[in-house]
Amino acid sequence: MKAGRFWAWIVFILGAAYFFIPLIATIEFSLRMRRGVYSFDAYKVVLGDSQFQTTFMYSVIVAVFTIVLGVLIVVPTAYWIRLRLPQLRPVVEFITLLPLVIPAIVIVFGYIRMYGSNSPLPFLSNNTATNALLVIGYAALALPYMYRAVDTGLRTIDVRTLTEAAQILGAGWGTIVARVILPNVLIAVLSGAFLTFAIVIGEFTMASLLNRPAFGPYLQNLVANRAYEPAALSIIAFVITWGCMSLIQVLSRFAPKSANRPN
Amino acid sequence: MAEPFLSIQHVRKSFGATTVVEDFNLDVEPGEFVSFLGPSGCGKTTVLRMVAGFEEPSAGKIVVAGKDITRLKPNQRNVGMVFQAYALFPNLTVAQNIGFGLKVAGMPRADIDARVAEMLDMIKLPQMADRYPYQLSGGQQQRIALARAIAPKPKLLLLDEPLSALDAKVRVSLREEIRSIQKKLGITTIFVTHDQEEALSISDRIAVMYGGKAEQVGTPFEIYNRPATKFVANFVGTLNVLEGKVTDAAAGTVQVNTQEVSLKGKLNGSKSGDTLSLALRPEAISLGRQPGRDSSLSGEISEVHFLGSVIRVRVGIGGNTVSLDTFNSPATPPPAVGEKAEISFSSDDMLVLH
Repeated sequence: MKAGRFWAWIVFILGAAYFFIPLIATIEFSLRMRRGVYSFDAYKVVLGDSQFQTTFMYSVIVAVFTIVLGVLIVVPTAYWIRLRLPQLRPVVEFITLLPLVIPAIVIVFGYIRMYGSNSPLPFLSNNTATNALLVIGYAALALPYMYRAVDTGLRTIDVRTLTEAAQILGAGWGTIVARVILPNVLIAVLSGAFLTFAIVIGEFTMASLLNRPAFGPYLQNLVANRAYEPAALSIIAFVITWGCMSLIQVLSRFAPKSANRPN
Repeated sequence: MAEPFLSIQHVRKSFGATTVVEDFNLDVEPGEFVSFLGPSGCGKTTVLRMVAGFEEPSAGKIVVAGKDITRLKPNQRNVGMVFQAYALFPNLTVAQNIGFGLKVAGMPRADIDARVAEMLDMIKLPQMADRYPYQLSGGQQQRIALARAIAPKPKLLLLDEPLSALDAKVRVSLREEIRSIQKKLGITTIFVTHDQEEALSISDRIAVMYGGKAEQVGTPFEIYNRPATKFVANFVGTLNVLEGKVTDAAAGTVQVNTQEVSLKGKLNGSKSGDTLSLALRPEAISLGRQPGRDSSLSGEISEVHFLGSVIRVRVGIGGNTVSLDTFNSPATPPPAVGEKAEISFSSDDMLVLH
């Protein structure tokens, strides 16, 4: 075996160990709730807990609304930037990266100050408005992932020519976005959607400070007070995230294939 | 005189400080096939895009069937267009692509299906209805793009270098197909190309463009045989350009190297002593003296290229070089480099370039 290949395997094994050992340890620990034998008791307790079901469903619904809002904001923006304002692309990319740089706690404190019950836009005065604010906050948090996914999707198609071809055939902007652009970047949009879903399901800071009954605060509460259940919950959350990633891979097979483009 | 179907009047287009089209004028008759021919950057595609509505003219007017469409959006113009990059919608089948414009127009489903079937028959691809664009060859994709452009029965068909991405053989067959469909439907068509052979072979008229202007508009025969400017003469076809000096303007004699040629009636106000550019097409020149050719020049053979059925010979005449083709004859060996040679031509075929 060549020396290069030997070291490559060593690095690979070390990397895999770094990733898998904690995972295996967590799985193993989550199965040790019953003394002396392995069992799924911790999973049964978690899944049977009404709090788990309520908070998880709440986060799923918030995630769906966040995805819809994200798509409505990002798809037309990314499309327009590619079509008409390519010179603004670096600026928009910078703006979409800001949620990675600004901590969620800063954003949520800003929200509380801006939208408190005495402000002109009292988002925090009732539950529905606070839920809406949480969705808006999550859409901002997911912006870097959604924008990049959609922009990458748009890069694979000839946006300008397809738009012009649709226009000359009589289509207006709504038809062009809905029937030409969106179907051709649908897989990219779904990638962004699943990433958004994964972020929203595990998010703690915003949900906690806005006092929302979300899955993140429930998870934190459980970790603080129980031993085996948090491990089981971590594995469940991990399976959900990996499930989302796998779905992206499966769906990407159904993406419209680009025809041979000249040059 | 009948009113033109398409009238482009004093159109100008500037991008910032750069003017890419200057005072462009063209009238196109109904059912006419007009090509915009010119090198890259001459403004031909910009004019086409202004007719399509993708660019707004900085000045001037575009009229189609008596209606000023200059400020109309592309989707309000009822114009069909075929793009160089095919631009088929990857997510739609061939039938859905062809029916796209009809669906947008709100045509009933049954009528769309019938029209799509008619279009597929017209382009001889009836079995391809359910395929996706990525499953088709370049030539097939471009035929689908043509069918899609024609399906909504547009007033005007615009073809933006539709053949340039295809290989040579497909290019020739598809251009003939485009012309035959255009003639059958009688649709007024503008075709943009930088390929002179394409333009010459399928157009009713050609607008040769250079530097944002139409240098000459005419039939292929006129453009090739009577080029109006030096650029047109050089750009369209192969041309031998000889530098000459007017020796006697009244008698119409011009000296090429040290030899005299008579160009009576062609000097258009040139004075004795003026330097002129004289042009001859290779097919107007014969090697050796030939009956019916009233002028000749002597020189020395500088290059001989055997091309099979044709032999390309280059003859040096002083500082000028003339290229001509002769047919290969198995009984006669080709001339040798360094041999003295005489070329003959009719003075009527010699063009004086201004």
